[in-house]
Amino acid sequence: MITAARLAPRDPNGSHRFRVELPTDLAQVGCVVEAVMECCNTVAAVSSRTRFRLCTVVAEAVANAMVNGNRNDPGRLVIVDIEFDSDRIVIAVSDEGDGFDPEAVPDPTHHTALDATRGRGLYMIRSLADHVAFNDRGNTIWMTLPRC
Amino acid sequence: MAFSANRDAGGVTVVAVEGQLIVANRQELKQLMQDALDRGELKFLLDFTRTAYIDSSGLGALVSISKKVREGGGDLRLAGLNEDLRSLFELTKLDTLFTISETASEALAGF
Repeated sequence: MITAARLAPRDPNGSHRFRVELPTDLAQVGCVVEAVMECCNTVAAVSSRTRFRLCTVVAEAVANAMVNGNRNDPGRLVIVDIEFDSDRIVIAVSDEGDGFDPEAVPDPTHHTALDATRGRGLYMIRSLADHVAFNDRGNTIWMTLPRC
Repeated sequence: MAFSANRDAGGVTVVAVEGQLIVANRQELKQLMQDALDRGELKFLLDFTRTAYIDSSGLGALVSISKKVREGGGDLRLAGLNEDLRSLFELTKLDTLFTISETASEALAGF
């Protein structure tokens, strides 16, 4: 079982902040999603649509961080930060890899790629989150969802 | 238990996906399907009625399973996708790759 640690708010009236830190282990992806949803349950009631989007983007980003970022190295960590403010949820997922160029990822919906067995993760995140951003190195992704 | 498999009277192997189909359990589903194919089973229904979410690895596993069933001369259908999961298939255009029915009974009637 994975539990998120509650972090201090950025200011007295500020948002709720949590952190999950874990070694690279794909078997734990579902547990991270459960931990994030537990945070969500303690802070805000969200719609089933937002729950679905939150589960999916967290699972996707954590798996990407472990496989493509940390190259399945169990000695490398993945950090998930979740922040709930008045109208949105921001999730940041970081790995210890070298990063990547998100603009270089091909479109998985192109007719030549439809029967590929991988390569849909970032596309799904971009489709389900309201806003997606990366740091310059490409080893942290921020995903914003509505808090409703 | 993430997956449960049963054979209906018409010889269709019905596999129910419970909770989620993600990177952590997709291999289990692929193995279950491969074992069924090895036993000579050819008609498959994957029932997502009790599935909360699917990640891209899960979708990739479904593509892989679909190829294997097709290569073996079999028939694979999906059913029970809720509105969110259905939209996931649509936005990835995988709805064009699979035969998708609203309900398991509707899918079974189509075999």
